[in-house]
Amino acid sequence: MSLDPATVRRIARLARIRLDEAEVPQLAQELNGILGWIEQLNEVDVAGVAPLTGGAQMALKMRADIVTDGDMHEAVLANAPERAGDYFVVPKVVE
Amino acid sequence: MRDLTIAAARTALRSGALSARELTDAHLDAIAALNPRLNAFITVTPELARAQADAADAALRRGAHGALTGIPLGIKDLFCTAGVRTTAASRILGPFVPPYESTVTARLRDAGAVFLGKTNLDEFAMGSSNMTSAFGPVTNPWTRRGDNAPLVPGGSSGGSAAAVAARLALGATGTDTGGSIRQPASFCGIAGLKPTYGRCSRWGIVAFASSLDQAGPFARTVEDCAILLGAMAGHDDRDSTSADIPVPDFAAACTRGVRGLRIGIPREYRSDGMAPEIGALWQQGIAWLRDAGAEVIDISLPHTKYALATYYIVAPAEASSNLARYDGVRFGLRAEGEDLTGLYENTRAAGFGAEVRRRIMIGTYVLSAGYYDAYYLRAQKVRALILSDFTEAFRECDALLTPTAPSAAFAQGEKMDDPVTMYLNDVFTVPANMAGIPGLSVPAGLDAQGLPLGLQILGRPFDEETVFAVGTAIEHAAGFTAAPAAG
Repeated sequence: MSLDPATVRRIARLARIRLDEAEVPQLAQELNGILGWIEQLNEVDVAGVAPLTGGAQMALKMRADIVTDGDMHEAVLANAPERAGDYFVVPKVVE
Repeated sequence: MRDLTIAAARTALRSGALSARELTDAHLDAIAALNPRLNAFITVTPELARAQADAADAALRRGAHGALTGIPLGIKDLFCTAGVRTTAASRILGPFVPPYESTVTARLRDAGAVFLGKTNLDEFAMGSSNMTSAFGPVTNPWTRRGDNAPLVPGGSSGGSAAAVAARLALGATGTDTGGSIRQPASFCGIAGLKPTYGRCSRWGIVAFASSLDQAGPFARTVEDCAILLGAMAGHDDRDSTSADIPVPDFAAACTRGVRGLRIGIPREYRSDGMAPEIGALWQQGIAWLRDAGAEVIDISLPHTKYALATYYIVAPAEASSNLARYDGVRFGLRAEGEDLTGLYENTRAAGFGAEVRRRIMIGTYVLSAGYYDAYYLRAQKVRALILSDFTEAFRECDALLTPTAPSAAFAQGEKMDDPVTMYLNDVFTVPANMAGIPGLSVPAGLDAQGLPLGLQILGRPFDEETVFAVGTAIEHAAGFTAAPAAG
């Protein structure tokens, strides 16, 4: 399948990346090149194969559901582009 | 003294023949002289390094040394280092100073290592040439005979590999998601290991593809890689995928020899398009192991040809999810917008480079409604088949021998015409990441232009010891002593 410009714009919106209209044709061409090459996986017979979801063939460990640290407001906020007191600041989201 | 191995430097430091401060100053001086040309380091930390070296000298005087006391290392700028800027070679993280230390670097510090600085890489470790770094490309210290054209060091851990090859550090850390330690090790004529998935904690490493990422060492000898891995590895409660199993004496395993081992040669790695010099070096490696007493057998990994395409679904899918955190709100770059969505979109457009943006978009697409089963689920099934190929192969043999990369280092700017051409660099390294098994690249020879070529040893999960034993046998037989012009 081939991505049309509208689909490229939709993916960019889903990924929250602003695209200039002038970038769309080149990006569509690059993404189509990659996806076209990936199509080769369609020739593999995967009937009855269970998907492999992780890199380790081991059971994940459980741990107690307890608080192990905290009180790090300054460390957490130290890299904030904009803050007010103990809060991150973003543009107004509620009218 | 910059030519010392880590093993020899440890002995000299412990005997008092050399001080950590002298060793560190020699490396800092070399970085000051060469880094403007090589661009192997994004951030150099001379004050921190000298303070750590002085502390190491004090510990050595007390006789209270650790495994790496006084050993100067480069740290890939993907490991968070407390109080030291960590960029992932991206504009989006540019000003970020982590308030915490990654588990792997904390272990290295506890072992007494000296950190010279943060090494350059492809942006978010996405690349095979170091050309995607927002801080500029790294120049390989090697050049073609009679030709000064700047070559790439490979990627993504290109700065780490170039630094170790150019004698700017005795060793370095890297991460390997699809070949990002092994391919640059091959291009720069040094050794580099991707451990088994779960051997090293991923906590505090900027995430790319969480089911594939694994930290590992670079050094100029196999034994030095084993020494570094011993300090980096081990269980960590903060990474649920880190393996709760003992860390063996990797350095001791280097001297085991290969007598009685069965070495598999995967026939699917032999393509018609393989460069004759790479094929010849592979044959030479087979002969070396046979001469050292190993039994060499032909084996099959039938799904090899699908590993790369599978990787380019799985890795971008995981990356699109992991990189969702870069939103301009909590850390890193912010570009203002008309509303919150505008802020997100402008920040991410300004902060991500072209390759990272492509991969996020591929990942977003293959995970999106209506395409998930056709792409992502199918890729996970092919990944299961690739793992099953290795599991079957390791019933018949103890390790595999292959070339590390399909070519020697290429020139900066080459293979940039379309993304897939660049992706093909990782054809021999990606399968190990898909299966989670360990892989080591060992420098084994020079091509006709005088550039290094590596051979790759793959092993069973958590059997790095056999990988180190086979790697040492190749290293001894190859007698690789060539060094780059710059260094």
